[in-house]
Amino acid sequence: MSSNDVLGRGTGGDLRLAGLTKRFGSFTAVDHLDLTIPQGSFFALLGASGCGKTTTLRMVSGLEAPSEGRIFLGDDDVTERKPHRRPVNTVFQNYALFPHLDVYENVAFGLRRRGIKDVKQQVADMLDLVELGHLARRRPSQLSGGQQQRIALARALINQPQVLLLDEPLGALDLKLRRQMQIELKRIQTEVGLTFVHVTHDQEEAMTMADTIAVMNSGRIEQMGSPADLYENPGTTFVANFLGQSNLIPGTVEGVRGDVVTVTAHGQRLTLPADRCRTDTGAVILGVRPEKVRLAPAGSALPPGVNALAGGVVSDASFIGVSTQYLVRLPSGEELAVFEQNTGCEIQRPGTEVVVHWDPSQSFGLDGSQDIEAGADLDEESAA
Amino acid sequence: MTTTTAPPAASTPSGAADPGRPYRRSPLTWIREHLLAAITVVVFVFMLAPNAVILWMSFNQPIGKFDYDWNRFSLSAWKNPCATNEMCHSLGLSVEIGLIATLVSTALGTMIAFAMVRHRFKARSGINSLLFLPMAAPEVVMGATLTALFFNTIGPGSLGFWTITIAHIVFCLSYVVVTVKSRLAGMDPTLERAAQDLYATPLQTFMKVTLPLVAPGIGAAALLAFALSVDDYIITAFTAGNMETFPMYIWGSVQRAYPAQIDVIGSLMLICTMAIIALSQILGRARNARR
Repeated sequence: MSSNDVLGRGTGGDLRLAGLTKRFGSFTAVDHLDLTIPQGSFFALLGASGCGKTTTLRMVSGLEAPSEGRIFLGDDDVTERKPHRRPVNTVFQNYALFPHLDVYENVAFGLRRRGIKDVKQQVADMLDLVELGHLARRRPSQLSGGQQQRIALARALINQPQVLLLDEPLGALDLKLRRQMQIELKRIQTEVGLTFVHVTHDQEEAMTMADTIAVMNSGRIEQMGSPADLYENPGTTFVANFLGQSNLIPGTVEGVRGDVVTVTAHGQRLTLPADRCRTDTGAVILGVRPEKVRLAPAGSALPPGVNALAGGVVSDASFIGVSTQYLVRLPSGEELAVFEQNTGCEIQRPGTEVVVHWDPSQSFGLDGSQDIEAGADLDEESAA
Repeated sequence: MTTTTAPPAASTPSGAADPGRPYRRSPLTWIREHLLAAITVVVFVFMLAPNAVILWMSFNQPIGKFDYDWNRFSLSAWKNPCATNEMCHSLGLSVEIGLIATLVSTALGTMIAFAMVRHRFKARSGINSLLFLPMAAPEVVMGATLTALFFNTIGPGSLGFWTITIAHIVFCLSYVVVTVKSRLAGMDPTLERAAQDLYATPLQTFMKVTLPLVAPGIGAAALLAFALSVDDYIITAFTAGNMETFPMYIWGSVQRAYPAQIDVIGSLMLICTMAIIALSQILGRARNARR
């Protein structure tokens, strides 16, 4: 079709950002971003507000011009193309449905602008996909938040863009609806097979839906990988703190023997696998997720080969049904978080002396020169 | 008209506490509950009474030249709305000037409003306050300065149709800018981005999204401009030369004669205005009801 040629569609391919940079005055919002997003993947850009993720999205859609760098769709350089000439569509944060048009005309908007006369069947199919066919003649103001969100999705998807951009699309929905829409979005993405680029500050949302997550921090990509990769093996303290919760313990590398790294922390020897440790000399930050840590009464026998820190005192225990969340104060004054699953074991009262221990293969080692607190409070701030 | 009854001589301080007697509400409670309604009615009467009087007096058969005292009911003024040639000529002139001033000031003012809301430029806040000046300045001052301006630029002999029109455009412009600006400022800028994202060219974005959403503001601004122009007396008198607009005719006629036809024209204007408002509301409701 000629309209497809106008938009440069048909060549297909990956979305590629090369050295993409955006400066606002002296502030660098996006800093030399190099990124390839494979065709058909569900990709999440995760970061706190102000990290440059939305600016990146707007440069891809063409609503913001980059200061430097190029944007490629397949082999086409689309950097200079106006937004209405790019085969890219956006689901906006506030949906941005046209209030003067009904649902049907909102969904048909993109097709009509491209000069397609017979839109009836396509609009009907698309409304069926989002299960809102019966609301075609309603105004956006007569719809609930979840319905508006789906119409915004339908309005973008009907154009079969090469890349669909989602800018915090679930931010305005309540928790229950958000969970439902996460599953729905994932279903639709699998069904239509388009590239989805999803911007969010909600790590759980990113983990639920995306194949690949890029964690952004001050205009750069901190780490990229599958949700499991990022969670199990974070590369920086920022990722360790921002994505879930981590116990980070500063220590010193004692030596590397074979594939085991030995670390001294608080006067105790701890070990971890060499392939999960990002430094082999000097200062190191040893990390372990709270749900991997176990508690044992002081003086009890521990399984052989575990990492153990003795002399801890339970300072807080909150029972939340599926698990009990403990804070354990170490002799050094540091507090470790421990999530113990409710499998029937006894709840330790605050004040009890305990030993914390964990399987060494579940720890990770980070370069000790970083700020140990990086990214720790950002999650709650941006969610508020 | 009595709205309250006098309080009973021996009213119990709290009737509800006494189980032996039927509960009686204090008149103060009654007043408190109906005060808002009463004040509302009074305010509406106060605002609408002059209009009612105009309509009423338009059916009068005045004794003599002045339609000030009620004599008897008659349709003669309505059957012959042009009492004198001058009156209808002056009305035509007012409408003509009003239409031109509305058209020009709405077009210019809408463009200014877009510039003020959508673009960031150096003198923006300065221009913003300058735009308020014609609204804030006393009309007499405006009229006098405009006369001086016309005298010193195009000469005293040139006062007439076009100087009135120019003067009207000047003062209507501020009102149009303010009205359109507030509508535009309330519009979500993401809507235009969404249109561009959905393949609309800049022109299509304007025609299909921006204009339909700002149209009510532009319409209101045009109505306001027309109303301001048609009934302006002071500035018009300064810039009219020997032309006579409808407000000037009425002012002059107070000294010679005050025919009932003036009330007929006034009533007609009132009815037209109400019809326009009613029509727009009916259309709006019909559009919303369509599903």
